[in-house]
Amino acid sequence: MILASAPTATSPSAFWYLPIDAAAHGPALDHHLLLNLWIALALLTLAHLILFTGLILRLRSEPTHIGRIEYLPLAIITTLFIALAVRAESLWAANRYTGPSRTALQIEVTGVQFAWYFRYPGPDATFGVTRPQLVSAAEANPLGIDPADPHSIDDRVTSKLVLPANREIDLTLRSQDVIHGLSIPELRLKQNAIPGQTVHLHFTATTPGTYALLCTQLCGLGHFRMNATVQVVPWGDYIGWLASQPTEAHQ
Amino acid sequence: MTLPNQQVLSPKLYTRLFTTDHRIIGLQYLALALFSVTIGTLLSLVMRIHLVWPTWPLPLHGLILPEDYLAVVTLHGTIMLFFVLTTAPQAGFGNLILPSQLGARHMAFPVLNALSFWTTAAALITLLSSPLVPNGAAISGWTAYPPLSAVAAAGPGQGLGMDLWLVSISLFALASTASSINILTTIIRNRCPGLTWDRLPLTVWGWFTAALLSLIAFSVLLAALLLLFCDRHCGTGFFVPTGDLVNGVLHRGANGSPLLWLHLFWFFGHPEVYIAILPGMGLTSMLLANFSRRRPFAYRTMIYTTLLIGLLGLLVWGHHMFVSGLNPFASSAFSVSSIAIAIPATAKVLSWLATIWRAKPQYTTAMLFSLGFVSLFIAGGLTGPILAQPILDQYLNNTLFVVAHFHLIMAMAGVFGLFAATYYWFPQISAALGKPNLILSESLGRWHFWITILAAYAVFLPMHLSGLAGEPRHYAQLTTGSLTPTTALLARTIPANLHTTYSAFVLAAAQLLFFYNLVRTLLRGTPAPENPWQSTTLEWHPQFTNPFFPLPASDEETEKIIVYRDPCHYHAPPSGTIFIPQWMPDASIDPKPE
Ligand code: HEM
Ligand SMILES: [Cu+2]
Ligand SMILES: [Cu+2]
Repeated sequence: MILASAPTATSPSAFWYLPIDAAAHGPALDHHLLLNLWIALALLTLAHLILFTGLILRLRSEPTHIGRIEYLPLAIITTLFIALAVRAESLWAANRYTGPSRTALQIEVTGVQFAWYFRYPGPDATFGVTRPQLVSAAEANPLGIDPADPHSIDDRVTSKLVLPANREIDLTLRSQDVIHGLSIPELRLKQNAIPGQTVHLHFTATTPGTYALLCTQLCGLGHFRMNATVQVVPWGDYIGWLASQPTEAHQ
Repeated sequence: MTLPNQQVLSPKLYTRLFTTDHRIIGLQYLALALFSVTIGTLLSLVMRIHLVWPTWPLPLHGLILPEDYLAVVTLHGTIMLFFVLTTAPQAGFGNLILPSQLGARHMAFPVLNALSFWTTAAALITLLSSPLVPNGAAISGWTAYPPLSAVAAAGPGQGLGMDLWLVSISLFALASTASSINILTTIIRNRCPGLTWDRLPLTVWGWFTAALLSLIAFSVLLAALLLLFCDRHCGTGFFVPTGDLVNGVLHRGANGSPLLWLHLFWFFGHPEVYIAILPGMGLTSMLLANFSRRRPFAYRTMIYTTLLIGLLGLLVWGHHMFVSGLNPFASSAFSVSSIAIAIPATAKVLSWLATIWRAKPQYTTAMLFSLGFVSLFIAGGLTGPILAQPILDQYLNNTLFVVAHFHLIMAMAGVFGLFAATYYWFPQISAALGKPNLILSESLGRWHFWITILAAYAVFLPMHLSGLAGEPRHYAQLTTGSLTPTTALLARTIPANLHTTYSAFVLAAAQLLFFYNLVRTLLRGTPAPENPWQSTTLEWHPQFTNPFFPLPASDEETEKIIVYRDPCHYHAPPSGTIFIPQWMPDASIDPKPE
């Protein structure tokens, strides 16, 4: 297994410790994040320079130019924040305001104390119904999939998230018990799974590799070990892998 | 002046404990906070050690299990936020100083005041007893998200431990609501003649705004806590959806929503963090001005920005929920309101920088801690607008980057505000204890300051990098023994984590200097002159600083205090260090040496 989580040592993202970026929306997000970080660092330095200069320089009478000292810098900072916010909102809108395209590949992710289950809907492109009464880890039905529902038959439940590269994915996020947080840092994704609610997340993974999926919302004593592996593979490998996974009918 | 009052000097233990004297109540709150901060700090060291040396056995306990770690996180957060950062600035120094700054001899409701304190003390005892019950203390963090907090089966500590947490915080919310009513009424009703609204010191504006926020926020929290309690014990389902299956327990009741809790909690939670910091912001403005012998720059604007921060603080709670299932359009709206808060906050910073600009201030320890407050507030504040952009929060939420943000701006800046207050007002503290105006050692204080600020940055700056590398918060362990993509990701943060842990020891150790200073001064300190910092606000009026001066039953019995001007009137050198207190009649001012 190749564990490539660190970008090349010389890139700016390495300076800020970011892991590699393997999603289509990632570079724009990283670019904006790095811009923000540099601006924050610059403002931090500038403010401290002003602080120390003001302390060191010899006495002068009280400043009085409220316009120049208070309102002008305030206007500059406000403009800066507005610019950053506009850019951030447009990125957010691109990611979240619209749903996935019709051709996006559907995968369901369910958080359960303390594991993640991934379900692929099979050729009918529809997930079988789940019922909490049917949940039974012992009978290999951790999600409580109803075998009576015809849509269930071709569903595949896995413990590893395998994604084809360069295909849009439509994740359906659910939780069976408490709030969990789905986070795939290398795909720059994070979204909580809320019981009683389904949340959709769509994205495209670009760079094949093996990545970490972590729980980022405190969910109980096993929170720290509620991890899974994400594998981004070429389309052909994906098809092969999927075919090798048992369907619900063959459990 | 009046004779020493024997009642005040040698009261029985009972009357002393259950006093309605606001100065003693203030000290009681401060003692409670000091005790709490000591516990909270020790807990944080346990966490820091466990994160980098997971097999270290805690003395008298043994190996730290994941549920132990989470109980420690929960206790640490709850103790620090409620019992230290809400209690000490607002109720502690609020009681000790606020009435005198108003020229008042009483809080509006003295009995309610004592009740508030004892309710707070009961809340603390309840919380601290929770680790002792079977299955231990609650593990759901200070934010107590349901269903984890709503279902006893969700984890160890979520049974009786969680009930005790709920009882404790409910008591605390009750006490804080009562205390804020008291503070608001006192400010509105008990100002001495001449003390108009625009002559109020900025500290009073800080307390006033924080009390307004407390009143609104804590009553909503109390309601939310009651609903959660009902979900746990009365079969309701406000926060738990039908069909929720937690650890084998199926919820068949009403179809509630965990998001409702998030809304209610953060409607409280965000104002709460401002409650913790607003008094410190007010004090910083006043201390920078006092030691620079200048008026706070843009005084009036500072009043408005304080109120504006409070108002906006009520409208931004959704920024804690960007990736929690909130509608993405709502996220955008909350993003805008959150970034908007950065504007009055920046105005504050600019005013602080302008106040000290080329002022050649006097570097007392109180001044150093105020400067430290400014530095930490900037460092922590700059990451706020980053987190307030939903697309970036999609990467940073619940990582150590957030932990770094709020520890710098709230925990560290908040504590620096408290240190500044303690060094500055120590003569008042000692006077309330019945000892003449004592001053803490300034040389020890300087050492305390420098080690503390350097260690604070050493602890919290590397956390940003751990967070950017992807380290989530609330992780009981960074390694699990096997090599997985997760352990590979987290392994990159180990150097930063080690650095943080070592620095945390230095930071904690530096506080021994402070304790030593407190004890030594109380035992062997030499009295200071009246009004040692040449301050202009009313708490330094001779009637308040004289420790033998009893609190009369009614205001009529004593000489009236009258205010003639706004605070912070100084004449800078070379005209001599003349300062004109708020209570000095114009007639008695020496002809200006101009
Ligand atoms: C410039 C103004 C500020 C902005 C825009 C801002 C923004 C934010 C945002 C967006 C978050 C949520 C991050 C996340 O959970 O992913 C956050 C967390 C937090 N902030 Fe701020 N903040 C500001 C100032 C402050 C101040 C003044 C304080 C306290 C004195 C504070 C204390 C906190 C705390 C305690 C949390 C974490 C709560 C938790 O999850 O446990 N912030 N801030
Ligand atoms: Cu979790
Ligand atoms: Cu907030």
